[in-house]
Amino acid sequence: MFDVISNEVLAPNLHQLVVRAPRIASSRLPGQFVIVRAEAGEERIPLTIGDADAAAGTITLFVQAIGASTQRIVAVPAGGRLRDVAGPLGLPTHIRNWGRVACIGGGVGTAVLFPLAKALAEAGNEVTTIIGGRSARYIILADELGALSRELLVTTEDGSLGVQGFVTQPLEGLVADPARRPGAVFAVGPVPMMRAVAELTRPHGIETVVSLNPIMIDGTGMCGGCRVLVGGEAKFACVDGPEFDGHLVDFDNLADRLATYRESEASHVCRVAGKEVA
Amino acid sequence: MSTGMTTRERLAIDRVHMVELDADSRSRNFDEVNRGLTPEEAVREAQRCIRCTNRQCVAGCPVGVSIPEFITALADGNLREAARILTRDNALPAVCGRVCPQETQCEARCVRGIKGEPVAIGYLERFVADWATANVAELGDEPLPPPTGRRVAVVGCGPAGLTAAGELARKGHGVTIFEALHDTGGVLRYGIPEFRLPKTIIDAEVARLLALGVTVECNVIIGKTLTLAQLREEFDAVFIANGAGLPVMLSIPGENLKGVYSANEYLTRVNLMGAGRDPGSTTPIIAGKRVAVIGGGNTAMDCVRTARRLGAERAMIIYRRSEEQMPARVEEIKHAKEEGVEFVMLTAPIAIGGDKDGWVATLRCLRMELGAPDSSGRRSPVPVEGSAYDIAVDVVVNAVGTRANPLLTATAPELKLNRWGNIATDDNGATSVAGVYAGGDIVRGGATVILAMGDGKQAAAAIHDWLNRR
Ligand SMILES: Cc1cc2nc3c(=O)[nH]c(=O)nc-3n(C[C@H](O)[C@H](O)[C@H](O)COP(=O)(O)OP(=O)(O)OC[C@H]3O[C@@H](n4cnc5c(N)ncnc54)[C@H](O)[C@@H]3O)c2cc1C
Ligand SMILES: Cc1cc2nc3c(=O)[nH]c(=O)nc-3n(C[C@H](O)[C@H](O)[C@H](O)COP(=O)(O)OP(=O)(O)OC[C@H]3O[C@@H](n4cnc5c(N)ncnc54)[C@H](O)[C@@H]3O)c2cc1C
Ligand code: SF4
Ligand code: SF4
Ligand code: FES
Ligand SMILES: [Mg+2]
Repeated sequence: MFDVISNEVLAPNLHQLVVRAPRIASSRLPGQFVIVRAEAGEERIPLTIGDADAAAGTITLFVQAIGASTQRIVAVPAGGRLRDVAGPLGLPTHIRNWGRVACIGGGVGTAVLFPLAKALAEAGNEVTTIIGGRSARYIILADELGALSRELLVTTEDGSLGVQGFVTQPLEGLVADPARRPGAVFAVGPVPMMRAVAELTRPHGIETVVSLNPIMIDGTGMCGGCRVLVGGEAKFACVDGPEFDGHLVDFDNLADRLATYRESEASHVCRVAGKEVA
Repeated sequence: MSTGMTTRERLAIDRVHMVELDADSRSRNFDEVNRGLTPEEAVREAQRCIRCTNRQCVAGCPVGVSIPEFITALADGNLREAARILTRDNALPAVCGRVCPQETQCEARCVRGIKGEPVAIGYLERFVADWATANVAELGDEPLPPPTGRRVAVVGCGPAGLTAAGELARKGHGVTIFEALHDTGGVLRYGIPEFRLPKTIIDAEVARLLALGVTVECNVIIGKTLTLAQLREEFDAVFIANGAGLPVMLSIPGENLKGVYSANEYLTRVNLMGAGRDPGSTTPIIAGKRVAVIGGGNTAMDCVRTARRLGAERAMIIYRRSEEQMPARVEEIKHAKEEGVEFVMLTAPIAIGGDKDGWVATLRCLRMELGAPDSSGRRSPVPVEGSAYDIAVDVVVNAVGTRANPLLTATAPELKLNRWGNIATDDNGATSVAGVYAGGDIVRGGATVILAMGDGKQAAAAIHDWLNRR
């Protein structure tokens, strides 16, 4: 059992949970994730370790409630408990000083991006951060990311905050400007966003790291369910990733495999929560 | 009482048949297929044993269970004594009685099998073990030696880890099992289905270990949450039994289509997570009306029988050799056939085809024929020229095998491995690192429950010696 210390709503359906998990807090590195189950019977849900405080023995999770099991997780109040938290899993981000880097986050991907951006800034990189969402209400961690970035750019689809449009727009400007062009780009978000970023940087030969979110079960390399195609080869995202070279990832296959349970899960959401969740 | 029976009288008794669920109805539910013996049947079967002095059956059991002794006690109606003898030799008799390949081990050597049918040692083992579980109170608490103050870490809660933990606790050592998953049992829980091995048996065994003072910590992945080096600092000795949980991919086109599973994923979803089985589970599974399972071992049989239970109309085993060469237990093959599983033999998959939405649609296969015997003495299959054809499928399950998972060993370079990535040990289970022992599938590659348990037992004895020498 893992105590939930706090549970705050950051955006619609997006919660920040601080959870007591001392061993994970002291062994985790940026880029790694945990597998969580709120209670028995639930699916095993991979969630990035957003931050950690080794001294306090806590980890921070940013959870978007999109289906039955993530809803159960965000429903656990401060003072409550999560049945299972296992990790840290996956390979840590390869952190070095590129000089200038760009960090791109879309939706809940911004939360996955946060520990990365933090580690890159701590390693001495000059970080430009671009985050996007549907509207102002969905923009998360802007203050935290702003504090460690040299420049923070926000895009919203409805124009309610920052530039109207997608994260790729400001990135195009960056990449085109030799004075601001990053040595590496880190992109985390929905599959179409990561694909668009990779396509944008490809002609410029800019190293582009993406963090993939295939469906997982064990997270330890045992089931092979998380396999993704990278450079034509099957990789297990939970042990070989979750970060990969965006120029080599087969995003079509990833998007396709992510849709495997769309029908069965949609009906499940209806039964469990009585409503479909955005 | 059977004590007074003559050998002739014993020889006149026919082998018992265990009652099974009717094939039609059972192939649609997850209830245990083999129903067990009644006390009368068990005693009668026990009376078939002629109490050989050279105990061939014992030589056939990898852990040397005192077979004639426990069977004699059972034949005499002394169940307490039978249970005492059995549990002294075998930590998980209720498991072994159900899943051991008896036909190639103990029963294969039974002298009664020379001219007729061997004593049903597995059934009797199961009977006595189930009786013991149902009558724990009558058996009383095990006397435990005073604590030694020594602490041993066990990595992995499968049969090897469970056995070692029990043995070490009975010697007074403090034992903590670290398990990566959220539940105990290893393959016994996530691999072998409920219809062969009810999960309550594992629960009972774990409860017994807890009563002995063993601590079980789930959700701890050694190599990630804690390293082997950390365990060596915190504990006086370590036993590694993390299994062989890494699926071998088919490496044929189309393997990433939706509806293609590894056996591990397929079985874990259903057995560990309750998909398609437990109405309270939120884990989904693609059931499929036409399911092709590739492979011929126990894992393949478990997958294909699971597919039937999830509602498949056609559930097929695709195997590149012939039926006689299948490594699965005879009983599994028999049960699968009764349940309507189709056996497509001498057939090798070469590609998986998909529809326009990325779902698996066909399995392209080549017919094979048996050629000259290979180095293992088995006639190896060779493709028949121009024989490619498609089988229409909704789900494909790859059950061709597993390898050693490198997650732990990659973070412990001090551990010597063999060339297949398995941990190298001496005959006592000692690894290249002092105080670190290993056993089960991580040492042997995919083997059997009883061999894993044997390793756990042997390593526990070696660890006990090692702790005493320090
Ligand atoms: C390494 C990794 C790190 C992740 N980090 C975070 C994180 O920090 N915060 C966060 O909110 N989410 C994160 N995710 C995604 C999260 O795991 C999924 O949203 C979750 O598993 C959905 O489970 P559910 O039962 O609530 O929804 P479901 O009902 O199972 O799914 C709803 C829909 O979401 C899609 N889906 C299912 N599984 C996933 C998945 N693994 N990723 C994306 N979409 C999925 C399906 O199309 C499905 O129809 C991460 C995923 C991975 C693999
Ligand atoms: C589907 C299937 C059917 C089978 N049927 C039979 C049968 O009928 N009869 C038979 O005799 N044998 C059968 N076998 C083989 C038998 O199950 C195995 O040989 C046996 O379980 C091996 O035991 P083990 O303790 O070595 O490992 P496992 O049972 O694999 O247990 C290893 C445990 O370690 C955990 N673990 C892994 N890595 C770590 C880590 N880094 N840190 C912490 N924990 C970790 C795993 O989660 C697992 O719980 C079958 C196997 C399968 C897959
Ligand atoms: S443990 Fe297995 S091989 Fe040994 S006697 Fe029991 S059933 Fe036979
Ligand atoms: S070989 Fe068969 S008959 Fe002889 S002691 Fe063993 S079980 Fe009994
Ligand atoms: S989640 Fe099972 S292998 Fe990656
Ligand atoms: Mg779900």
